[in-house]
Amino acid sequence: MGRIWKLGDNINTDVIIPGRYNVTTDRAQLAKYCLCEILPEFAQQVRQGDIIMAGHNFGCGSSREHAPAAIQASGVKAVIARSFARIFYRNAINIGLPVLICEEAVLNSEDGQEAEVELEQGLITNLTTGQRFQAQPLPPFIARIVEAGGIIEYIRREGTLR
Amino acid sequence: MGTLAEEIFSHKLGRPVNAGEIVIVDVDHVMSHDTTSPLAIQAFRKLTGERGGRVFDSARAHIVFDHIVPAATVAAATLQRDIRVFAREQGIQILQEGICHQVMPERGFVAPGEIIVGADSHTCTYGALGAFATGMGSTDIGVAYATGRSWFRVPETINVRLTGKLQPGVYVKDVTLELVRRIGVDGANYRALEYSGPLVESLSISERFTLCNMAIEMGAKTGLVAPDATTEAWLRGRVNRSYPMLQPQNPRYERVVEVDVSDLSPLIACPPDVNNVVPVEQVEHIRIDQVFLGTCTNGRLDDLAIAASILRGRTIHPTTRMVVIPASREVYLEALRLGYIETFIQAGASVGTPGCGPCIGRHFGVLGPGERALTTMNRNFTGRMGDPTAEIYLGSPATVAATAITGHITDPRQFLA
Repeated sequence: MGRIWKLGDNINTDVIIPGRYNVTTDRAQLAKYCLCEILPEFAQQVRQGDIIMAGHNFGCGSSREHAPAAIQASGVKAVIARSFARIFYRNAINIGLPVLICEEAVLNSEDGQEAEVELEQGLITNLTTGQRFQAQPLPPFIARIVEAGGIIEYIRREGTLR
Repeated sequence: MGTLAEEIFSHKLGRPVNAGEIVIVDVDHVMSHDTTSPLAIQAFRKLTGERGGRVFDSARAHIVFDHIVPAATVAAATLQRDIRVFAREQGIQILQEGICHQVMPERGFVAPGEIIVGADSHTCTYGALGAFATGMGSTDIGVAYATGRSWFRVPETINVRLTGKLQPGVYVKDVTLELVRRIGVDGANYRALEYSGPLVESLSISERFTLCNMAIEMGAKTGLVAPDATTEAWLRGRVNRSYPMLQPQNPRYERVVEVDVSDLSPLIACPPDVNNVVPVEQVEHIRIDQVFLGTCTNGRLDDLAIAASILRGRTIHPTTRMVVIPASREVYLEALRLGYIETFIQAGASVGTPGCGPCIGRHFGVLGPGERALTTMNRNFTGRMGDPTAEIYLGSPATVAATAITGHITDPRQFLA
């Protein structure tokens, strides 16, 4: 279980990890500046298992994989949004950061509440209110990538991209 | 039978493919740049083993240095050194002669009907030549470097039909801002935008690049223009291989957005989202500390020509500074030959080495706290050009040039005799 960090619509990759801080491949370094433009306290206060809940079009903007990598390195267990921007969604799945689409969970949860996510079933429980929500199921091909833990692991398992 | 996107995937796979299908295809070209290559190389190595893995085809794997060139910091220089080691080991030529999205087409790495993936969101620009090109993250690109393949969900298509004639002082950049205003920043999420109509047919390739470049600003997977005689003429001398002139065939579009551009006036996108678009006269009082002319959206020869025509014989306002960065070496040399660069320098601008410059806030004109910029960029996000309290406005090269002269956001039509 973890704290819910609630964000609005159109959270872009520039505010998830600004260009001036992504000239590195060091994930701990990326985590240090994660969301710094809009939540300066996030990097200090985020704990392992916390959950980001956001509105529409989460992760819009650039293709920088530093954005999901920064969130993952922060210890965030999953990002739940009403919708995701395409490249961010793909990047998150590729690197094994769980991303769930669940309108109701976002609309019925507040910043600072506690939640738990059961990833295999896509079940989200708001522990503060006791409400449970079901995330949208993934297309089978994408579900297999998630199950493998990312695209690299998927290809290694399959022997090729197929 | 299908949209241009469906036609390209169908041609590639040798069977009819429809929107919604997930397909795995051999890609024609793969690209990454100095910021996204390090993570792509990590993914490549993870997949192929520490050493010994080979890229699928070193002649179709492209690394362009453009985000921080020449390197501005030790951190950037270190990453670039490591990329050079990888490129040497793989026999990949590193191109350091401008913005990837300008250099890839100039160098002939984009042709109609081809599928191109790049580790940069504005890879969608190449759709201007009738290629299916889309931005991905570094891991996808690392996989493509290793396997020569990628997976796609064939997108639904929104047809953007442009009609009418642009008024003097109004440019394709204004049209793209109008489209973002109408469609919204996620109105085309996961979809392809196929641009057509009499206006599109009359546009130069440079203008089509501007149009397709900002497809991602509406969430689109790519922007596409069906190739025509203008495309063939531009490709002559750049692409020597044969390519199919694929066209949409009885396409079924998810929807059609029709825009008559005849009444459009110069537009400005206000911070911090690209769809905050207003007519220039609504924001004319706003003082501007810096203008920036350049980027993969508007750093080409015709963009510089428009700005130079306004700035010729004038100087920029004493409280405003101007940064000009040609999109590529080819553009730079031509602009030098035509006297545009001299015009900019005499007007008081700083002219930079071809590349992305301050567009991603790393060097050559970053903004301080509370400063305001008007730029020809494609994004006005918080913190993108430097300090998070700085504000970024977007407009056409003409509006940027007019603003440089007055020091506040200015309708360019007053400078067009």
